[in-house]
Amino acid sequence: MTDHALVDDAQTPHAGFPFDPRFAPTHPPLSAHEAAVEANRCLYCYDAPCIQACPTHIDIPTFIRKIATDNLRGSARTILEANFLGGTCARVCPVEELCEGACVLNSEEKPIAIGRLQRHAVDHVQERGLQMFTAGTPTGRKVAVVGSGPAGLSVSAELAKLGHAVTLLEKRELGGGLSTYGIIVLREPVEVSLQEVEAVQALGVTVETGRELTDQAGLTALLDEYDAVFLGLGLGAVPAMGIPGEEHLIDGLQYIEDSKIAPDCLPDAVNIVVIGAGNTAIDAATIARRRGADVTMLYRRTDSEMTAYRHEYEFALSEGIQYRFLTQPVRVISEDGKVTGVECVKMVLGVPDTGGRPRPNPLPGSEFVVPCDAVISAIGQEKPALANELGLDVSGGYIVVNHDMQTSLPRVYAGGDCVRLRGTASTVMAVQDGKYAAVAIHQQLSQTQEAPHG
Amino acid sequence: MADLSVNFAGIRAPNPFWLASAPPTNSGAQIHRAFEHGWGGAVWKTIGAPVLNISNRYGGLTIGGQRLLAINNVELISDRPLDVNLREIAEIKRLWPDRAVIVSAMVDASPEAWREIVMMIEDTGADGIELNYGCPQGMSERGMGAAVGQVPEMCELNTHWVTSITKLPVIVKLTPNVTHITEPAHAAIAGGANALSLINTINSVMSVDLDTLQITPNIGGRGTHGGYAGPAVKPIALNMLTELLTDEGVLRSGVPVCGMGGIVTWKDAAEFLLLGAGAVQVCTAAMHYGYRIVEDMIDGLGNWMDDKGFATIADVSGRALPQMSSFGQLDLGYQAVARIDPDKCIQCNLCYVACNDTAHQCIDLVAGNGVRVDPGYDVRVNGRAVADTRPTPVVREPDCVGCALCANVCPVDGCITMVSVPSTQENISWDALTAQRPEIATSWDAMMAYRKEQGIEIH
Repeated sequence: MTDHALVDDAQTPHAGFPFDPRFAPTHPPLSAHEAAVEANRCLYCYDAPCIQACPTHIDIPTFIRKIATDNLRGSARTILEANFLGGTCARVCPVEELCEGACVLNSEEKPIAIGRLQRHAVDHVQERGLQMFTAGTPTGRKVAVVGSGPAGLSVSAELAKLGHAVTLLEKRELGGGLSTYGIIVLREPVEVSLQEVEAVQALGVTVETGRELTDQAGLTALLDEYDAVFLGLGLGAVPAMGIPGEEHLIDGLQYIEDSKIAPDCLPDAVNIVVIGAGNTAIDAATIARRRGADVTMLYRRTDSEMTAYRHEYEFALSEGIQYRFLTQPVRVISEDGKVTGVECVKMVLGVPDTGGRPRPNPLPGSEFVVPCDAVISAIGQEKPALANELGLDVSGGYIVVNHDMQTSLPRVYAGGDCVRLRGTASTVMAVQDGKYAAVAIHQQLSQTQEAPHG
Repeated sequence: MADLSVNFAGIRAPNPFWLASAPPTNSGAQIHRAFEHGWGGAVWKTIGAPVLNISNRYGGLTIGGQRLLAINNVELISDRPLDVNLREIAEIKRLWPDRAVIVSAMVDASPEAWREIVMMIEDTGADGIELNYGCPQGMSERGMGAAVGQVPEMCELNTHWVTSITKLPVIVKLTPNVTHITEPAHAAIAGGANALSLINTINSVMSVDLDTLQITPNIGGRGTHGGYAGPAVKPIALNMLTELLTDEGVLRSGVPVCGMGGIVTWKDAAEFLLLGAGAVQVCTAAMHYGYRIVEDMIDGLGNWMDDKGFATIADVSGRALPQMSSFGQLDLGYQAVARIDPDKCIQCNLCYVACNDTAHQCIDLVAGNGVRVDPGYDVRVNGRAVADTRPTPVVREPDCVGCALCANVCPVDGCITMVSVPSTQENISWDALTAQRPEIATSWDAMMAYRKEQGIEIH
C-alpha cells in the first residue's frame, strides 16, 4: 500500500482558522487498516439498499470495494461523481437514517460504517489536492448560481462538467454556505467545506464572494446576462420569539458561526440555556458544553416530538447536556443588561396539530425561573424573505419548484433549504437538488435556439 | 473423554498432533517447549548436508485482510551442525519418552551418505526417520529433496538404501509437485517404506510488490520460487491423501499415511483423519500463532469424538473414505435444488447476481406483493425505510440445476440450503449408462434422445 498518511484533523490546527482543541472532531478518521478491515466487511450487495437509501444514490458497494482493493482514488471518484460534496456529506449526513440505516447487516450485526469509509476515500484525494473531474467542452452558455452552499456548489459542479460557464455568487466572505458557517467543527472543519469550493473553481466556476442578490432588479440583471439562474438561497436567521427580553437572546446560528470563524466572540457564560430541540440546538448546546458551560435545553414538547435525530439526542446526553421538556420560555430576565435567567411555563400536550404532533399548551400558574447567564435561541430558521421580493411563487415561505427544480419564473431554478420538495432539509438533499437542477438547466440550454446571453 | 493416542507405523504418541519438519522443530529448546504445550510428536527439522540460509525467506498470502492464508518459503534444511542437532534429539527423547520424536533427513543420493546419517539417527533413540523427498527449492537443485521425490526410480532406490539398514520405522514424505501422487508413493512402498506422509510444499511464486515491482520475498533484488503451505493448500492435500488411500497399491501395502497441509484447527485435523490419515502434522498454523494452538486442537478433537461416539483415533480414521468415488460412479439421477429461507435472507442479492450472471438464471427478485421485479431503484425514493420494501430472491425450482453456487455465495449461515428432491430421472451412473448404451457417449443425437426419454430439459 502506498502512503496513506492522513492528516488527522482531530489534532491538526486549521491553517488560517482559530483552532480550539475542545472542538476537535468527535470521530477521528479511520486509519488505513481500520478502513481496509471495515471495507472487507461489506458484502458488496447487488442492487444494494444503501444506494437507494442515499438521496444522491452514491454507488456505495462499489466505492467500498475500491477501498478494499486499495483503489482510493477510484473510490473517491465513484463517490464524487454522484455527490460532489462527498466530503461534507461523509461528515454531516444522518447516515443512521439513510445508507447505514438500510444496510443489510443491520439485521445480523453492525451496519457498515459507510460515512466514515466515504470520508476515508474523499480525504485521500482532498488532502492530495487531486481533482477528479474536468470541465466539459464549452457550450457558450452561461449560468448564474446564487448562494454557494451545498445546493449551489452541486449545481455549479454538474453544470461545469457539462461545459457551461458558471458564475457562483456568494454574499459572504467565504464560500460554502451552511457547510462553512453552520456545521460545528466537531462535525466538519472549515477546510473541508472550503476545499469543495476550490474544487468547483478548479472546474472553471467563477466564485464571486461579497455579491448579494437583494431585489427583483438584481434578478432581472442576472437573467439579462445569463442563460439561467439557480437560487440556492438557504434559510434565514433564527426567528424572533416575541417574548420580553428578546434582545438578550443569542442567535443559535450566529453562535455556531462564531465558534467556527471567530471563537473569541463567544460569550464566556457558565450557565447557558438553549431554546429548541432540533439539530441546530444540539450543535449550539454542544459547543457551549465543550466550552465548559452547564447547558440546559428547553423544549416545549417531549423527547418523542423532538426534530433532532435520535442519535444526536443521545450524543447530547452523553456530552452532559441537560434537557427540560414541556417547558416554554416566556421572558428573558436580566439585571443591568446582564441575563440572570429565563422565566418559563410548564406545558401540557394537547391534541395533534396539522403536523401530527401534539400541540403543547401552557399550564396556567406554573411559571418558574431557570437561572442562567446566557440564552441561545435555536427554534428554527426564517424562510427566505427574498423569495417574495423576487416575485417567485412561494408556499409556506418556501420557493415553489417543480420536479425539475424550476421556479414559477422562466429560466429560474432553485434548490436546497429554500425549497421543500422532498422530506427534511439536509445537505445531501441540497446536493441532489443541485443535480436535478443541473440536468434540467442543461436540457433547457441544449434545446434553446436563441443566441446565448452575454 | 475419547482416547487420542496413536500408534502410527509403530510410533506411539499421546495424540495425533505432530509438528512438521520445519522452522517450529528447529531446536531442542523449541521442541521441549512445544511438548510442554501438549504436542504429541515432532518431526525434527531436516538434518543433513551443510547449508547456508538467506534472508528473507517467507512470503505471505493475504486475502480480504485475512493474513497468512498461505506462506511460501525459500528456507533450506537445518543450518545447525549435525552433531548439535543429534545431541539435542537424544536429549529431547530422553526427557519426553512418551512423545513421538521423528528425525527428518536429507542427504546426497548415495548409499554411503544415507548409511552414515541413519546410524547417527538410530543412536539418538529417536522413534522414526522421515525421508524428505519433498523440498521444492534450494536442495532439489543439489539433487536432493523433490529431485528424488519426483523421480520414482530415485525415490525407490533411496528409500531402499535406508530401509535396508535401519530397524526404525521409515516415513517417506512425498512432494505434491508431481502429476500423479501415486507414482512416488508406489516407489516408496517398493523401497520398503513403513509409512507415507504428505504433502510437502507446493512450488509457488507468492506475489509481486506493486510499489517496488519486486517479487516477494525480495532477496536482495531477486526472487525465486518457494514452497507453498498453509490453510490455502488444504483441499490439495486432502485430495492427494484420498488419492493414496483409494489406491489399490497403497491399500494392499497397508502403510499408514500421515496427513499434512493447511491444518489450522482440530476440525481440519478431523477431516484428514476421516479421509484416512493415521496422524497429522502441523506447521504454518504454529508459525502463525505459536505452539499454544495445540491445546484447542486436542480439546476440540476430543469433544467432537465424544459427541460422535468415537472412542479412538482408529475409529475416526478413514470413516469418510468410502464415499470417495469417481465421476463415472456418481448417480446421474440425483437431484437437489436451492431453497432460500425468507426469514433468514438479508436481501444482499448476491445469490441473485451470481445465479443470473454466472449460473442458470433461476433466481427471481420478488416484491412484497408477489410480483417479479427487475433490479434497480427509484431515484426519487430514499431513506432507510427503502430496506423494508426490498424484493426478496426466490428460486424458480423447476429451472434450478442444483449447482449450489447461490448456497456458496450466501453470507448467512443456513439461509440457502441444497435440498434433495424426488428424482424425475433414472438413477444410474455414467459408467453404467454408457456400458448399456455406449452410443450416448459418442453421439449427440443419442444423447438428445436419452434426454428426451428422461424428460431432461437443459435451461
